[in-house]
Amino acid sequence: MVSTVANARARLLAGTHGKLLNATLLVLIAIALVILATRVVTLGPAYFVQILVYGLANGSIFALIALGYTMVYGIVELINFAHGDVFTLGGFISLWLLPIFGITEGGSLTGAGLILPLLAILVISMVSCAVVNVTIERVAYRPLRHAPRLAPLITAVGMSFILEGVMFLWRGPFNLHYPNVLPSAGFALGGPNGPTIAFKDLAVTAIAVVLMVALSLFVERTKLGKAMRATAQDRDAAELMGIDINRTIAATFFIGALLAGAGGMIFGLYYNTITFDQGFTAGLVAFTAAVFGGIGNIQGAALGGLVIGMIQSLSDGYFDTAWTQVLIFAILVLVLVFRPTGILGMRVPEK
Amino acid sequence: MIVLRTIRKVWETDPRVDPNPVVYALLAIGAIAIPIWAQASTGGNGDFWISVSADAGVYILLAIGLNVVVGFAGLLDLGYAAFFAIGAYTYAFIASEHLASTPIGTAVHLPFWIALFIALFVAAAFGLVLGAPTLRLRGDYLAIVTLGFGEIVPRVFRNLSAWTHGVNGISALDKPVLPVWLSGPWSGDPLQVIQSFKIVAPTGFYVIMVLLVVGCVVLVNNLRRSRVGRAWMAVREDEVAAAAMGVNTVRIKLLAFAIGAAFSGFAGAFYGAKLSLVSPENFDFSVSITILVMIVLGGMGNIPGVIVGSILIYAITFLFLPALPPLAEDWARNLGLSGLVPPNGEWPGIGQEVQRLKFLLFGIVLVLTMLLRPQGLIPSRVRKQELTTGSPEDQTIEDVNAETTA
Repeated sequence: MVSTVANARARLLAGTHGKLLNATLLVLIAIALVILATRVVTLGPAYFVQILVYGLANGSIFALIALGYTMVYGIVELINFAHGDVFTLGGFISLWLLPIFGITEGGSLTGAGLILPLLAILVISMVSCAVVNVTIERVAYRPLRHAPRLAPLITAVGMSFILEGVMFLWRGPFNLHYPNVLPSAGFALGGPNGPTIAFKDLAVTAIAVVLMVALSLFVERTKLGKAMRATAQDRDAAELMGIDINRTIAATFFIGALLAGAGGMIFGLYYNTITFDQGFTAGLVAFTAAVFGGIGNIQGAALGGLVIGMIQSLSDGYFDTAWTQVLIFAILVLVLVFRPTGILGMRVPEK
Repeated sequence: MIVLRTIRKVWETDPRVDPNPVVYALLAIGAIAIPIWAQASTGGNGDFWISVSADAGVYILLAIGLNVVVGFAGLLDLGYAAFFAIGAYTYAFIASEHLASTPIGTAVHLPFWIALFIALFVAAAFGLVLGAPTLRLRGDYLAIVTLGFGEIVPRVFRNLSAWTHGVNGISALDKPVLPVWLSGPWSGDPLQVIQSFKIVAPTGFYVIMVLLVVGCVVLVNNLRRSRVGRAWMAVREDEVAAAAMGVNTVRIKLLAFAIGAAFSGFAGAFYGAKLSLVSPENFDFSVSITILVMIVLGGMGNIPGVIVGSILIYAITFLFLPALPPLAEDWARNLGLSGLVPPNGEWPGIGQEVQRLKFLLFGIVLVLTMLLRPQGLIPSRVRKQELTTGSPEDQTIEDVNAETTA
């Protein structure tokens, strides 16, 4: 019977209807690429490289958030709408900790004296976010694990609003200034008029890459990582094999939020401004990245984050910033409609 | 205490006692009493309260429509405000001077009564276009696609300033006009027949609103009891089983989605006509979420519940919260905490602080309702069983276990 539904779906996808839509989509993408190429040629290579550098830093942050979405979705098949706000919380907590650790904008700290407290703040923010996310799972998702699917989705939206509400009460509705403590120096490529790579571009990308490699080693090599993969594949079978499902799911939420918290602090350090509701858009963009790379697929989410970050910078740089988010959300809708398995297409989300 | 508990038990479990007719009766009495009370208590200056009640009616319409999607068919639509925006902008295009200032160059003035239905069909068409490819996906993907769509639509209206005047929006929309109307001593005029009577007074809007809501309630109730309605419930409870019973699940979900969008477009046109202004700021995510909170609190799938929920949430967000800052300042002074009143460093003053409660409140309402009373304040009996007792299979297994161990 399930196969009847699957067959009907396959026929629908393979029908002329699907082909026509796919062709239209390809033509649209081709037109966009041609326009982009002409603008890239007219504005010169230096500008292009500069845009790519911004895209890399952008993409690293999105990838960090996207990993949390993809892990949680892979294991409990729930869109954790609060994840974007956990990311914002990372920014808020680190912003609060910076003066406590004696770091101020234009302060006298340099070298190890600057990096060590920053790392300490990073770790504290990450762990606080992780604790918050595990609490959210315990309070709002676990009791509803056997309820109709709609129920945990609604509590997820509710939790997102609660986090936003708490941050709103804490610091108000304003754009908060985040101290610019990373050295603004960088090095120029190809002469004085060439593109520059700032130290903070490198720092952001480096932190993100280190965390992502650590995560992928963790999931591949450790026992808990193995338990996670098993739970994601078949929860009942994993439970029969003696895996503590609740602990594994809590660990997934914990690790996802570690990365989101780090993303929140890096975002603040990079853009020097944070708002209580930035997690809504950032979360949606990161979810787009997760879907783009195939939801449930960790390497896919990292790649998706990078691609979406690049698309965002290219659109900001060569088209109109006002349309960038429209473009990204349109990609979200189109990818979900035409390739719900993502560009890597490793995991089939239909069950 | 025991008496109360007994009454409650009978009320909630006795199949002969259905709370819905009582709620409908109370709502009907309320609808008639509100304008009378407003005029009487203010000595004839109750226009403000009547206007507020008509605005609340817009949210009731929206909630009834979203209830078809979320409550009946079990699909989570997080971009419902997009269709509201499409309906309002459609009305703005076809019933104002606005098109004269766009590349088209000539204004269109269709009568309100026709424009209302055009807005309805345009919104439904967008619902079909968005729903047709996405409803094949699983439920939570639909939530995120609609969320994305809900973000796209207001941004498109904001960015296409040549067509929509961007952030400023479109103003001076046409008011509804009745071809013939009888004026008399009740409005302070001599008794005469007026042709093409323009509705400007809030009471007129209030009456139209009540009529629209009544019409929609009747329509949705009939839909719920029809073959389509039963198919929606079947899909909501078990999609695979429904497909096996011969329900075309994609088509039936699409129908729910389009009907929901149609209601939203309808409400949008009315909203545009009443406010005489549409702007992209009025249709952001918080509107979609407000409507979702209304139906979750009131009781998903139960129309009287949804109406009560929307009245409650409307009153809280648009009347109670804005009135709260002076109240909170008074309380703080009376309790000897006057230090909390003025802004101090990062503390914005207690008045400002309580005004910010909206987000937190919405979140808490959503989470607590789903955890403690997922069926809502005034539940639909069917939905309640589904949401609270789990699947029948689990129960039988538990029963069997209980029997064997006993």
